[in-house]
Amino acid sequence: MGEVTLTIDGKEIKAKKGMMILEAAQSAGIHIPTLCHHEELTSYGACRLCTVEIIKGKKSRLVTSCTYPVEDGLVVKTESERVMKGRKILLELILARWHIDKAIELDHWPWTAKALLENYGLEQTRFQENTTMCILCGLCVRYCAEVKKANVLGFVGRGIKRQVVIYPELAVKVCPTCQGGKMGCSFVCPTGVIPNDFACIALYGSKKIPLAYPVREYDQDNIREILRSVGDS
Amino acid sequence: MPRLNSATDLKGLRRDLFTRRDPNKPCVTICSGTGCHAYGSEKVAEAFIREIQKNGLQGKVDIRRTGCHGFCEKGTIVIISPEEICYLRVKPDDVPEVVSTTLVGGKVLERLLFKDDDGRKIVHEGEIPFYKHQSRIVFGNNKLIDPKSIDDYIALGGYGALAKILFEMSPEQTLDEIKKSGLRGRGGGGFPTGTKWETTRNAPGEIKYVIVNCDEGDPGAYGDRSLMEGNPHSVLEGLIIGAYAIGSHQGFVYVRQEYPLAVENLSIALNQAREYGLLGENILGSGFDFDVKVHCGAGAFVSGESSALMTAIEGKVGEPRPKYIRTAVSGIWERPSNLNNVKTWATVPVIINKGADWFAGIGTKGSKGTMIFSLVGKVNNTGLVEVPMGITLRDIIYKIGGGIREGKKFKGVQTGGPSGGVIPESLIDTPVDFDELSELGSMMGSGGMIVMDEDTCMVDIARYFLNFLTEESCGKCIPCREGIFQMLQILNRICEGEGKEGDIDLLEEIAEMVKDFSLCALGATAPNPVLSTIKYFREEYEAHIKTKRCPAFTCKKLMSYYIDPKKCQACMICRKNCPVDAIGGGKGLVHIVDQVKCTKCGTCFEVCPARFGAVTRLSGVRVPKPVPAGTKMIRERGE
Repeated sequence: MGEVTLTIDGKEIKAKKGMMILEAAQSAGIHIPTLCHHEELTSYGACRLCTVEIIKGKKSRLVTSCTYPVEDGLVVKTESERVMKGRKILLELILARWHIDKAIELDHWPWTAKALLENYGLEQTRFQENTTMCILCGLCVRYCAEVKKANVLGFVGRGIKRQVVIYPELAVKVCPTCQGGKMGCSFVCPTGVIPNDFACIALYGSKKIPLAYPVREYDQDNIREILRSVGDS
Repeated sequence: MPRLNSATDLKGLRRDLFTRRDPNKPCVTICSGTGCHAYGSEKVAEAFIREIQKNGLQGKVDIRRTGCHGFCEKGTIVIISPEEICYLRVKPDDVPEVVSTTLVGGKVLERLLFKDDDGRKIVHEGEIPFYKHQSRIVFGNNKLIDPKSIDDYIALGGYGALAKILFEMSPEQTLDEIKKSGLRGRGGGGFPTGTKWETTRNAPGEIKYVIVNCDEGDPGAYGDRSLMEGNPHSVLEGLIIGAYAIGSHQGFVYVRQEYPLAVENLSIALNQAREYGLLGENILGSGFDFDVKVHCGAGAFVSGESSALMTAIEGKVGEPRPKYIRTAVSGIWERPSNLNNVKTWATVPVIINKGADWFAGIGTKGSKGTMIFSLVGKVNNTGLVEVPMGITLRDIIYKIGGGIREGKKFKGVQTGGPSGGVIPESLIDTPVDFDELSELGSMMGSGGMIVMDEDTCMVDIARYFLNFLTEESCGKCIPCREGIFQMLQILNRICEGEGKEGDIDLLEEIAEMVKDFSLCALGATAPNPVLSTIKYFREEYEAHIKTKRCPAFTCKKLMSYYIDPKKCQACMICRKNCPVDAIGGGKGLVHIVDQVKCTKCGTCFEVCPARFGAVTRLSGVRVPKPVPAGTKMIRERGE
């Protein structure tokens, strides 16, 4: 593997060929915010929060640092004006889905939701709230598919109707063996929307539920309600 | 069918087909493209078969059902050869007269001919203004070919370009020819085709793929469909030529399931080509192997995006993936994959046959050749038009399109489908090519061209396209999924009279971010309808927000129908036609619209006799207090 030299935020950095900009930056102690990235999983490029500006000759372009491979002589600006302006709007859009007051603070996550928003001076969103908690980052889906090789979780729907669902038939078999591990779908979730319990199995027993069940309905109160209704409280 | 084992065999077959055909034998050509099919071309064809039998002409007259001729406004189109008499709007009931007058009597049936503005009748298709200003180098063969017959295609010189490159040119020479022609991708991006081919050719890896993108999904666009339905062999020939130049032995055609006729005609074409040895192993005895698989799409607009399309061919959900390494280098199963649009592939044989220099002689400096547009909307002659690059929008809309319907005023034209922008009247003299359109904030796209008149509300248009995109975004990345949704919410608010100061700035703010941050081209171009309408029609947005007025009287929440009591002649017409009984008054009494009951369907406005003009549309002003019920009408003087 060859080595390349690139400049990130004025710092000259040596990186291995094939590495992504994000990894190179992290190795040099430069922080780029991410939501859908996890080092154990394939890069996905969905949250777009890690977008940076790259300059090649006279041309500049915005790319996601988690999916753009390093190149020799590449100049990267992680907090250029264009980047910061866009990131702020992007976070505001995420905020419309992920209500800050309801956001669960996750100890194991490298930053808290509040800190991230405070960094960009955001307290509330100007947009119509569509509070589903789940921001569709796909970490749980990728974790289940790539690490567990179980595919209990998946996406259905297109556009604004997209959602994460579980397949109860599979969940019954897989979820009990998975629970309690150091990593799990509830552990990788940045929003805390996936509860770490057997709710899905209980739901399957109720026979009332469709084959695929949206994760977004699993807010804590809802689950207690559902568990009670199937007599498994 | 005998297998063709050399270029000589192909030439022999063509000569054979030629001598077998009598150019003087009468032939009835019936357009059976999608537009004419909807008009009932199937019944017209049946009527011709019946009438020809009745008149004892069977065997003496040929009947050919072809793909789309383009002049969809006037379907069903029938052409009688060898005189090439063109009949328009032919109904099954007209057929007996056509047969007796023209086929038996040898005379022209005047009433079915095209009539120009001065009332002059035009006999031949090529002289009709709609066709006269076009140059149909790709699309023109549609009317001469039965798409289900490979012989029709070969008789016209089909697969000649393939034989030429296989036996007279090396793959490098073929590639150079396409590069020299200056051909750019007809699917929207306008990327130089030759450069793309070269990237795939030079990419490491033994196995390479070539792909036809027939996932046309823009509202109002049907050029790819009509080409695939009407002349599938031209697309196929282009694809084989491309495969030869690139060094690929496997091709894919991605075609929408919703295009059943395209799927059918394509499948027939592939089988016929295989039987003749034009596809499969050892094509024409040249030693070159290539075959094609058809992949039917499941109806997602986003699958037209190249990386999403390739993901779909792999058997996964059609979602785009990051393309920082080009699909030409790492596409289907991470192998070099060259994808081009239907129109691009169909142009390739034309370039090989007539030469790169000839092709480069057509068009503008940066955009060569012709472009096929789906001309639709409020224009007189809707249809598919093929024009040289660089023609002005004015020429397309007025010379070919015949101007705006009902003599109304032209307001703007939307090019490039939902990802394109609206170009206003002030820029109507813009020459149409890739670079000019993107400079104006629109794009060439897949060739959709929607003409709008003065009754079109630009805020509503932006809302329409964003609504489409909210549904059709794959939902993977946040800017596109959430950004388009929130822009739509704002536009909905504005159209419903709840727009706020600052909404326009907020729209622009989101739009810029969505453009910069989205994963694929769908997101990157999705804000175009919003940005272009704000750029050229800002005052319309302001009218909606500040004075709650819709200048085009389109946004129902912002307008009312009102009957002027001074003009109402109590004729009862509007009252009888109102579907919700919202009009009060009676015989001799002034009619009054009940604003609560009224659903704003506009029927009263349409039916009120022009000489009265009593029903008016109001927007941005308060509806005057109704006159007391039972007020007698005032008869206009002189009545």
